Amino acid sequence: MLRLVKRENIDKGTNIRIRLLFLFFSFIAISIFLLILNYNPIEVFRGMLSGAFNTSYRIKQTIITAIPLIITSIGISIAFKMKYWNIGGEGQILIGAFGAALIALNFPDMYKPLLLTVMFITAVILGGFWAVISGILKVYFNTNETIITLMLNYIALKFITYLQYGPWKDKKAMGFPKIPNFSDNAILPSIGGIHIGLIIALIIVVIGYLFMKHSKMGYEITVLGESKNTARYAGIRINKTILTAVFLSGALCGLTGFIQSSAVSQTLSIEVAGGVGYTAIIIAWLSNLSEPLMLLVSILFAALLQGSSYIQTAAGIPKSVALILQAFILFFILGSELFVKYKIAANERRAA
Amino acid sequence: MKNMFRKFFVLAVALMFVLTGCGSKTTGGNSSEKKIKVGFLYVGPVGDGGFTYAHDQGRIYLENELKVETISKESVKEDKAEVEKEIELMIDQGCNVIIGTSFGFQEGMLSEAKKHPEVKFMHCSGYETAENMGQYFGKIEQMRYLTGIVAGMKTKSNIIGYVGAFPIPEVIRGINAFTLGAKSVNPNVKVKVVWTNTWYDPAKEKDAAIALLDAGADVIAQHQDTAGPQQAAESRGAFSIGYNSDMSKAAPKANMTSAVWNWGPYYVKQIKAIMDGTWKAEKYWGGIEDNVVDIAPLTNLAPEGAKEKVEAAKEDIKSGKNKIFVGPLQDQTGALKVEAGKIMTDDEIWNMDWFVEGVEGNIPKN
Repeated sequence: MLRLVKRENIDKGTNIRIRLLFLFFSFIAISIFLLILNYNPIEVFRGMLSGAFNTSYRIKQTIITAIPLIITSIGISIAFKMKYWNIGGEGQILIGAFGAALIALNFPDMYKPLLLTVMFITAVILGGFWAVISGILKVYFNTNETIITLMLNYIALKFITYLQYGPWKDKKAMGFPKIPNFSDNAILPSIGGIHIGLIIALIIVVIGYLFMKHSKMGYEITVLGESKNTARYAGIRINKTILTAVFLSGALCGLTGFIQSSAVSQTLSIEVAGGVGYTAIIIAWLSNLSEPLMLLVSILFAALLQGSSYIQTAAGIPKSVALILQAFILFFILGSELFVKYKIAANERRAA
Repeated sequence: MKNMFRKFFVLAVALMFVLTGCGSKTTGGNSSEKKIKVGFLYVGPVGDGGFTYAHDQGRIYLENELKVETISKESVKEDKAEVEKEIELMIDQGCNVIIGTSFGFQEGMLSEAKKHPEVKFMHCSGYETAENMGQYFGKIEQMRYLTGIVAGMKTKSNIIGYVGAFPIPEVIRGINAFTLGAKSVNPNVKVKVVWTNTWYDPAKEKDAAIALLDAGADVIAQHQDTAGPQQAAESRGAFSIGYNSDMSKAAPKANMTSAVWNWGPYYVKQIKAIMDGTWKAEKYWGGIEDNVVDIAPLTNLAPEGAKEKVEAAKEDIKSGKNKIFVGPLQDQTGALKVEAGKIMTDDEIWNMDWFVEGVEGNIPKN
């Protein structure tokens, strides 16, 4: 008989080995799947890698895709460290983008640095506010934050849809439902083909790391995540800590909204978040909530997204098949979690 | 156990190297500058059996006729940033002609056209042009008129349901032409319109058709890319008119005919012109006279006598005798919009933002 035994301490080497092993398994599963569909798996894998990294343009695209993932996963992880399950990143991004658009569309001619700064501040505050709603309900009414943050995503999504189809509809688009584009002043500058969101993201990684590891607040959040009672004994003001952490978590998602709407979409639309809020949850989780790892995993994820986009044109693979490939890889990598935490032991002998 | 892990690890790393190594070889050659490579951007999946399918048939026709290389990307979002990204990736793969087949791609294509003057752009169903960006579309409303005749003859409740996509001129003029066709054989007919604000959402489009059937419609027409409304009609024992490609297989017990696109010959003509160096950005708007649009063969569900009526009307349209949007035309309120004997100009038809009398439904004002 086989049974699962909890590993006592997981060293880094084993962790990485198991993950790579499962990555390899996912390749095998994908290969079988592709062979059944009559595609050459080697061609497809080659296409995925080449689509993500082969030319400087594709590398830049991979990095641009990674930027929102980096910032959002770090934002979400602040709440996760407290065992506060903020799965509302998607909505917080949208509301942040709404804040940016609110300023960009109303003051298109403002002096550029000033306009971008005001957009930034509005997006961050609104994103944080959207998250804090769930925090307040949690602290004062003990509601379940998972449900509340998830449901707030839909409210945000429908709100943006309403703006897009209603009051903010572009009058010049001949009835086509879209929000007008931002003026040039409201668009983040780019350096060498990559917008400066990259610099912001890298700064966030460093600040996030220092904040969680070396600040009093970061320490309090971690302690609170370990045990509420310990936190209480240590004299940590629990409610204040929860609300602040949740605000910061949402604020970073709002920042993503600002960057995506300003630098990438150059307008507000329901595509601004594009699933980033959900992907970031997986990234934060896979990275063990470690900031440097989140940077790395975000880039790998972006490569996966770019690669599976590329094979659609290069190898003529339908979008649905490309999405199934992504799902296979995710399934195996997340499945490996079980084997990182537990090991399989044969049930033959009992320790004396 | 440890050993095994190591083996797998080495294997995995080796595999990655092999893959990346080979990858760089395949895309290295950018030798002949004359070689044409066409990139198609589609709004839905090729398997939609509708609009995107029709364009993809055109792409395959083009490939076979001229032996040019083509690539395509399906389900591209109608979002400027997305469109720009996809076009950049196609140009990065060596494309020098970009064809985008949906209205919402316009802004992204225009900005890319300005960025890449050496690449030719063709946009379907929009209005913006540039030195290197042309527009093309077909007078599908001619076929809408013909399918309207079939629907108008078939309906018993005198209510036809029309599942509209977006309230933009392209869709509006289709509904108007359809209504005029139906009224030409059945003056009492009413065409009820609902909007789905989608091109590709089978479930939503099916639901919209069901709502129309509940409101008394016994024939369903549509503008979206999926056969959802057709299936809705079939499930209720009603009848339907398809669009984009022959939808008779999607709902054999409901479909009577479809207004269809035939893009292949147009694509061949354009790409040939590019090869010969005679291509110019144009605003193409062809009709039945160019065979860009057509009506699918009437199935045996079509009413008796419809075939003859449709054939006759088709000839009149082809010869220019029937221009469809000819006065007197009244709008929904009964106000005269086009005086008797006056023919609407192409520009007026392009920007149509009002329904003719007989249409029930409204166009959101903004």
